[in-house]
Amino acid sequence: MTWVTIGRLEDIPVRGARCVDTPEGRIAVFRTADNRVFAMEDSCPHKRGPLSQGIVHGTSVTCPLHNWVISLESGSAQGADVGQVRTMAVRNDNGTLLLDLAELRIAAE
Amino acid sequence: MTEKLVIIGNGMAPGRMLEELFEKAPGAYDVTIFNAEPRVNYDRIMLSPVLSGEKSFDDIVIHDDAWYAKNGVTLLKGARVTEIDRDRRTVTAADGRSATYDKLVIATGSTPIVIPVPGHQLSGVLAYRDLDDVDRMLEIARNGGRAIVIGGGLLGLEAAYGLKRQGMDVTVIHLMPTIMERQLDPPAAYMLKKALGDRGIDIVTKANTKAILGTDKVEGIELEDGRVIPGEMVVMAVGIRPNATLARAAGLEVNRGIVVDDGMATSDPAIFALGECAEHRGVCYGLVAPLYESARALADRLAGGSAEYQGSVTNTKLKVTGINLFSAGDFAEAPDREEIVLRDASAGVYKRLVLKDNRIVGTVLYGDTTDGSWFFDLMKKGSDVSTMRDTLIFGQSFQGGAPLDPMAAVAALPDDAEICGCNGVCKGKITSTITGKGLTTLNEVRAHTKASASCGNCTGLVEQLMKLTLGDRYNPAAVTPMCDCTDLGHDDVRRLIIAKGLKTIPAVMQELEWKTSCGCAKCRPALNYYLVCDWPDEYADDYQSRFINERVHANIQKDGTYSVVPRMWGGVTSASELRAIADVVDKFQVPMVKVTGGQRIDLLGIQKEDLPAVWADLGKAGFVSGQAYAKGLRTVKTCVGSEWCRFGTQDSTALGIRLEKFMWGSWTPAKLKLAVSGCPRNCAEATCKDIGVICVDSGFEIHFAGAAGLEIKGTEVLGQVKTEDEALEHIVALTQMYREQGRYLERIYKWAKRVGLDEIRRQIMDDAEKRKGYFDRFVFSQKFAQVDPWSERVSGKDKHEFKPLVVTGFSEAAE
Ligand code: SRM
Ligand SMILES: Cc1cc2nc3c(=O)[nH]c(=O)nc-3n(C[C@H](O)[C@H](O)[C@H](O)COP(=O)(O)OP(=O)(O)OC[C@H]3O[C@@H](n4cnc5c(N)ncnc54)[C@H](O)[C@@H]3O)c2cc1C
Ligand code: SF4
Ligand code: FES
Repeated sequence: MTWVTIGRLEDIPVRGARCVDTPEGRIAVFRTADNRVFAMEDSCPHKRGPLSQGIVHGTSVTCPLHNWVISLESGSAQGADVGQVRTMAVRNDNGTLLLDLAELRIAAE
Repeated sequence: MTEKLVIIGNGMAPGRMLEELFEKAPGAYDVTIFNAEPRVNYDRIMLSPVLSGEKSFDDIVIHDDAWYAKNGVTLLKGARVTEIDRDRRTVTAADGRSATYDKLVIATGSTPIVIPVPGHQLSGVLAYRDLDDVDRMLEIARNGGRAIVIGGGLLGLEAAYGLKRQGMDVTVIHLMPTIMERQLDPPAAYMLKKALGDRGIDIVTKANTKAILGTDKVEGIELEDGRVIPGEMVVMAVGIRPNATLARAAGLEVNRGIVVDDGMATSDPAIFALGECAEHRGVCYGLVAPLYESARALADRLAGGSAEYQGSVTNTKLKVTGINLFSAGDFAEAPDREEIVLRDASAGVYKRLVLKDNRIVGTVLYGDTTDGSWFFDLMKKGSDVSTMRDTLIFGQSFQGGAPLDPMAAVAALPDDAEICGCNGVCKGKITSTITGKGLTTLNEVRAHTKASASCGNCTGLVEQLMKLTLGDRYNPAAVTPMCDCTDLGHDDVRRLIIAKGLKTIPAVMQELEWKTSCGCAKCRPALNYYLVCDWPDEYADDYQSRFINERVHANIQKDGTYSVVPRMWGGVTSASELRAIADVVDKFQVPMVKVTGGQRIDLLGIQKEDLPAVWADLGKAGFVSGQAYAKGLRTVKTCVGSEWCRFGTQDSTALGIRLEKFMWGSWTPAKLKLAVSGCPRNCAEATCKDIGVICVDSGFEIHFAGAAGLEIKGTEVLGQVKTEDEALEHIVALTQMYREQGRYLERIYKWAKRVGLDEIRRQIMDDAEKRKGYFDRFVFSQKFAQVDPWSERVSGKDKHEFKPLVVTGFSEAAE
């Protein structure tokens, strides 16, 4: 595990997302209505739409390009669509958010 | 041989009586009605929504002219009867028209009480009884100012609310220490007063009016304690008196009202009295439900039957949008009475039941009135409630561990439980009519049973009954739910947002029982639009419920970059504007510059992070957002018109620019595109736009409901007007009507198809008052909408949106 501090919970709007830029691409970090935090690649399995720009509802996000619905928990497309986004672990330590970049780094090497 | 039936007064009671009579004994009578009001029978209780602008007069007509024609009824409009000659059996009106009768029904209603304080004859002192009163109120309200309502009862408060909605300041003067003291106990009155206060209505209690001030029209009032309240209008709503003058003059027996027996006959067996003018077993009623019950009895009598009216127990609801209030029976404290009270301050709920000998004798419900009809039913029947005493106050669904399912609650109601209070329709009548007549739609049920046909509060219950009776055959699929989060369709949601005064997305989801915790990408943007549209001044836009384009005020592209389209008013630009665009293109290395189909310039391929800087530069040159992304006003295309073109008849360019400047920033159900062409050659392609104008020599032909995207459709003509000002007013009013009625993402042509072109023409072209109302509401909402989103973002709003949370490299990340 490689935990990197990325900011505070309140930096992300409720039912919204912010991005973390890494050399391997953008990670989208989501905050739900009940203040849970999820992270995944900012790239829709359909046509690489930026998921961070979508509407967050429940524990899903709707992609802004063609409305696929992606589960924030599993990264998989919902309903009739089939596809998978890579997710990463985020931790909320009293409001400080930490992202586990280990997996991404392995992918990059 | 048909008998001659003459009716004096054309109010709600005789209207209902005639319906029953024609059903029971068609053709038995030759009917003539004298009506002092110059119009057909309408739903008087719905005058309040007409006053508040939530309904139009046409919406509340009960019997139109065609109905009288069809039933062979002679309706004499504007005929005030001045004499009944019982010997010759004739009645005569002030204008000389007269008729002879075999049977006569007096249904003259009541007259509002006017307190004879000094100044009560001044112009601007009004009663609240009929459409003419409402018209006069609206006329005065148009100039704003303050309205003073004397009387804090049902009528006074509804008047106050309506006048407030019309933009007046409102003060209510009430004699007693608490408002609606006859229907409410002090805690409920307190909550109501607070809720009305929140709506901007001042209420002064324990106040007695000493004089109305002014020389020829109202300028204010003076209270006994010396306080002076300035105002432009005084509405007296201090009570009503049964209108029995005619009967008294004719020598009939009269107490407070015209005395009738259980067959509704007066002391003259050929003469009956019905409605608020009648006094039955010592009681004069002032609500429609009991009048309808007696109307049924009278119809039966006139048809040769022997029905007896037994008197009624009444209940009250207040028709102030967003306030739920129910009261029935007697709730004064007394030694032999007990009470059960439930309060939930955070939910704004107060419920009180008054029991005597284990039976409910009074009910006051504030905030949550779902169980009103159940309590009322227990009370009317005098049911012993001792076995459920402990849980009674929690309502019906709580009893016997029954599931908290509204369907089950309705299923559990007995057949004689009243569903529609206004029309006195019980459950059994609805279910048996559905089965008997094979009804499948709500409108049919309304037509045949009258349930939910008046104030509409019981629509939900009626629909549940239909579902219960018809099972799968009741196809509310006619209503397509907004999305999987709810079973309600867009129209119901819109109606309920207004009716329940819901002002936030969580409130909508809570009150309308959303099935998900925070909605989905379909319903949230729709709700956000409805709330922005309905409460322009109060609702705070929910940014996270907007689609990305509307959140960052640019259009997202397939590669995640954005496009930027500044407004070019009416398609007109200048060297300095073009220069500023060129500079932005160079500075930010914009990869693509394109002239759009909407007569302006699109800069494509801009990085999200650069957007605020691009806007800052464009803003310096005077550009604002073109809202090329908005479900709102997009473009107004124009042609060169009379200023340049040899065929131009009017200055189409100027009108287009004027429209765009007036309407930019407004949110609409779907995008809205306009065009103005200078002559019928139509170079601006106005006849395939949402709204288009074709200029002609004699004025402006307004078109609407065109389409040229997924579907292609020429426009329809709305009508023709003479001046540019009128063109603007009509177009704006049309837009507002669409804003208020359109379903989210429904383009104007689809909406128009749904509500009917004629209806739209009628409201916008023919009904000046309606049009003005729409226009004014649009103008009001523009006060909050016309803020350039780009300059807002340049000055720092939503900063987080344009910057990554953090930029990290792996070297630091690795430990
Ligand atoms: C830029 C432009 C094409 C151009 O290069 O000329 C354009 C570009 C887009 N149009 Fe359009 N439309 C453009 C004029 C039109 C016109 C012609 C007009 O306005 O005179 C039409 C037909 C008229 C109409 O609106 O019906 C048009 C009918 C559509 C439709 C079909 C709408 C429909 O209900 O039938 C869509 C899809 C939608 O809205 O769901 C659409 C959607 C789009 C979107 C927003 C697609 C999207 O959702 O991302 C495109 C955005 C590109 C961008 O980032 O700028 N565009 N689009 C035009 C911008 C006009 C402007 O200045 O604002
Ligand atoms: C603003 C408002 C809101 C109300 N809200 C509610 C509510 O929410 N619930 C409820 O149950 N009730 C409500 N009511 C009361 C309800 O409207 C009345 O109880 C009902 O309309 C009475 O019906 P009616 O037929 O007896 O008399 P009306 O409907 O008053 O009709 C009487 C008619 O007779 C005419 N007339 C009088 N004298 C003569 C004459 N000499 N010759 C010819 N015609 C004559 C009058 O012009 C009038 O048109 C409300 C009333 C008002 C004014
Ligand atoms: S439509 Fe008429 S006014 Fe407009 S450019 Fe063409 S000819 Fe001229
Ligand atoms: S790219 Fe996400 S739905 Fe098409």
